[in-house]
Amino acid sequence: MSNPSTDDFVRGLWRQNPVFVQLLGLCPALAVSNSAINSLTMGLATSFVLLASGLVISSIRSWVPADVRIVTYICIIASFVTCVDFTIKAISLELHKSLGAFISLIVVNCLILGRAESFASRNTPVRAVLDALGMGAGFTVSLLLIGSVREILGSGTLFGMAVLPAGFQTWTVMILPSGGFFVLALWLLIINRWQQAAERTGSPAAEGAGK
Amino acid sequence: MSDATHWSIFVNAALINNFVLAYFLGLCPFMGVSAKLSTALRMGGAVTFVMLVASTCAYWLNQLLLVLDVTYLRLISYVLVIASTVQLVEMLLRKLSPASFRALGIFLPLITTNCAILGLALFQTNRGYGFSQCIAFALGAAAGFTLALVLMAGVREKLDLVPVPEVVRGASAALIVAGILSLSFMGFAGLGS
Repeated sequence: MSNPSTDDFVRGLWRQNPVFVQLLGLCPALAVSNSAINSLTMGLATSFVLLASGLVISSIRSWVPADVRIVTYICIIASFVTCVDFTIKAISLELHKSLGAFISLIVVNCLILGRAESFASRNTPVRAVLDALGMGAGFTVSLLLIGSVREILGSGTLFGMAVLPAGFQTWTVMILPSGGFFVLALWLLIINRWQQAAERTGSPAAEGAGK
Repeated sequence: MSDATHWSIFVNAALINNFVLAYFLGLCPFMGVSAKLSTALRMGGAVTFVMLVASTCAYWLNQLLLVLDVTYLRLISYVLVIASTVQLVEMLLRKLSPASFRALGIFLPLITTNCAILGLALFQTNRGYGFSQCIAFALGAAAGFTLALVLMAGVREKLDLVPVPEVVRGASAALIVAGILSLSFMGFAGLGS
């Protein structure tokens, strides 16, 4: 953790993981995570917006007056989200339909505005890009973790391929909205448990993790 | 224009497809503000007001965008309208009722990034609701949001008094409660057409 640029990247993956540690961006994380492919698309789309807006915002940070900065950020973010929306529509109409309004709702993902305000607007473009990559990766991985559990238990498949024996009784509750809450709670439990165990043994992994 | 009746739109938005528990919209204030019953009620009031104004603005704005044939600007213009509405509400409230302004504090500006508001504007556009249907939809969504928030706050106030294992405390306990609430709201599914 001594090298600042490595730290910019790694921080988002684990120590300040947006979903599991900071509990940011929960709405899209739960709403579209009923299958692994939806989770992956959502994660990549959010990462792209995070990266592009982080780069632009940190490049123009010295010219934006403080009074109108939030509005400026929102405009920049909304433009990139519109691009992503049209791109996904062009690539796969089916995927676009299953994600629905949630692609447009990336605009109000508090993770993106939060990183813009607290990191990109105060640091050089290079650091902002590293931070965005780390946060984006952390967000995508968390979404995949939630989405995979829900798809495996709820439909018996992973990325559309059957992974469980045919006789398996699928847990419909997992693909219902409440499944999202339960699976996220489960992951938080596992992570809490792991951290507590790490703290007790004095492992360095627990350092700074209990934010 | 969609031909659903106003009552069915209202019930659908409030109970069957509750914004928080079925669409996961507005989860941040749902988790953040639902620790106490009184703040939950105030937040519900503020969101109701902003939803009504935002829904009205979004409807007329969409008509304008359709006339000018620039629908690709929809997202940007909606977000700007919502941000300025919240700003306006904040200024009005500060002048007219300083007491409730102080009571709401930080929650007021945070409504801008409440996805329930933008979600409402986008859904009503996608479904092609007419003006009065939009109002019914906004009222229903706001009622659903307030209901979910108040129910959650009631449960969490009680939850503070019971001995919960230390690992489960905090976010995971709140999420499990939310999951159970969401499950019980599925019981309303039979109400709709």
